[in-house]
Amino acid sequence: MSQALLEVRNLVKHFPIGGGMFTKPVGVVRAIDGVSFTIKKGETLGLVGESGCGKTTTGRCILQLEQPTSGSIVFEGIDMVSLDAAELRAVRRHVQVIFQDPYSSLNPRMTIGQILAEPLKVHGIVRDAGERELRVRELLTQVGLLPQHAKRYPHQLSGGQRQRVGVARALAMEPSLIICDEPVSALDVSIQAQIINLLEELQARLGLTYLFIAHDLSVVRHISDRVAVMYLGKMAELADRKAIYDEPLHPYTRALLSAVPIPDPKIESKRERTVLRGEVPSPLNPPSGCVFHPRCPIAVDRCSAEIPPLREIRPGHWAACHLA
Amino acid sequence: MAKLLEVKNLQTQFLTSAGVVRAVDGVSYDINEGETVALVGESGCGKSVSALSIMRLVAEPAGRIVGGEILFKGRDLLKLTEEEMRDVRGRDIAMVFQEPMTSLNPVLTIGRQLTEGLEIHLAMAPEAARARAVELLGLVGIPDPARRLGQYPHQFSGGMRQRMMVAMALACNPPLILADEPTTALDVTIQAQILELLQDLSRRLGVAMLIITHNLGVVARYADRVNVMYAGRIIESGTAAEIYADPRHPYTLGLLRSVPRLDEPIRSKLDPIEGQPPDLTKLPPGCAFAPRCAYRIDKCAEVPPLVTCGAPGHRSACWIAEKLAKEAVT
Repeated sequence: MSQALLEVRNLVKHFPIGGGMFTKPVGVVRAIDGVSFTIKKGETLGLVGESGCGKTTTGRCILQLEQPTSGSIVFEGIDMVSLDAAELRAVRRHVQVIFQDPYSSLNPRMTIGQILAEPLKVHGIVRDAGERELRVRELLTQVGLLPQHAKRYPHQLSGGQRQRVGVARALAMEPSLIICDEPVSALDVSIQAQIINLLEELQARLGLTYLFIAHDLSVVRHISDRVAVMYLGKMAELADRKAIYDEPLHPYTRALLSAVPIPDPKIESKRERTVLRGEVPSPLNPPSGCVFHPRCPIAVDRCSAEIPPLREIRPGHWAACHLA
Repeated sequence: MAKLLEVKNLQTQFLTSAGVVRAVDGVSYDINEGETVALVGESGCGKSVSALSIMRLVAEPAGRIVGGEILFKGRDLLKLTEEEMRDVRGRDIAMVFQEPMTSLNPVLTIGRQLTEGLEIHLAMAPEAARARAVELLGLVGIPDPARRLGQYPHQFSGGMRQRMMVAMALACNPPLILADEPTTALDVTIQAQILELLQDLSRRLGVAMLIITHNLGVVARYADRVNVMYAGRIIESGTAAEIYADPRHPYTLGLLRSVPRLDEPIRSKLDPIEGQPPDLTKLPPGCAFAPRCAYRIDKCAEVPPLVTCGAPGHRSACWIAEKLAKEAVT
């Protein structure tokens, strides 16, 4: 259980801006700027942060959909960054993804059956067409759909049903790690809980490991074992779920938590709220020192000069703050 | 408190190739002066169409308002000519849209978009309108407003654009603002900023607000009264305290139970509402929620009326509303 399935070490991803065939890039977007974490076998690591903090790019680097600028991504002892195309293909089937938008991540011209059968065929997992059909039926039942859904097209399904297809497609490869990139945020509230329960059931049954990327802190608290908070390409805090939510050490985590509304007017009226000033700065030109210092309610002089390293402040509880 | 807006039995329909969609199917609610009322529901429940109907902005010919009354200060907006209605929009009732990215004109400066309404509705001279625009941007917390007037929407961040939308809505001092998912497109920390801003302005300037949202959490803090919609109808309405502490409709109860909460111990499993929202062209006979309802009884084949249950003013469209109260206690 405590064995590391995935280890991300000092991951950096910079996107150059401009720069064509004859011109130099005019700037660099520091999407991820030195992020490290591990995911243990069978656990769910929640990755939270606001838009532009680099959480999705982190997921895409792990999937090797983006080539990291530097750093390593070690999956079951193999550094995926150094693999050639053929080796990568072999590893990749063990790392799958569920995308945010069930509307745009399914090919509208393919039936659900074809969508689910394709990876089985491409990776040569099930070579016989008849067996593939059986496997597709099995996958559909596994995610709470009916075998007859195989003949439908994506537009004939509701948002929740489409996201179930997205889950089934990820499961088709029998992966050990699934990157869930905002898997419920495009869905209606009453449907979100259905998908979250499904993900948890599958994890228990199949021993899956999840990287759960989301901006909804209540959902992340529900599903995660440990939680990582990112801000502007850097890791702000990383700890067990209980520690993050009960005793957050980083002022950004505290502000994020206090911004989450609680559906109860009695509690809300008594709740203290830290409303952060200003907005997330551009990753094109991040602030000096601690990237959070311009918005930080407790910043001191040192924060604008010195970059706070991610320190283990209590056992297993890491925070990148001088004052933690 | 005097009633500012009264929506009575509003019916808005869309003609599609699949049939008639009853997007809003006999909805009634009211808003008092200076009050914040919420309209809560999931996508397709008719909450946005109901607001667009108030503004008479439902896209014709596919969509039309087929019945009901919308009384603003006693005057039925549905009986006005298009000319008269144009005077109402922006001056009497203003709107803040969800997507500040697409609801601002990309080729006009921020200043022009703010002054246009002032010059048209209040016949202000360009100089006066400009001064008022600077004041408005300052009011919504945009730093260096005079310089910002000359900029274009793409030079504003998402949060600033939404502040700009609020400034536009406030421009002519309307007594009522309709805010359609005003924070949905924004990050959590920016959401908090905009909601605090709206609440502060509404209190300070005495503006009444209709907040339309799918997020029950958002309204808990800001709404005086809440209307919950499902499949084109209001299925429960009451004060915020009543709705959250004592829900009397299985759908409201289901919505509240299905979301994980930061202040509660972690549950091993969430309690989702099973099934899918209904297809509005093929609504089941009787209560539209019945097929997904855990408390369904035979009588649900008949549409339940929205009637008072429990506290006065707390209404629920459910046959077993009274029983539900006892259930929640145990």
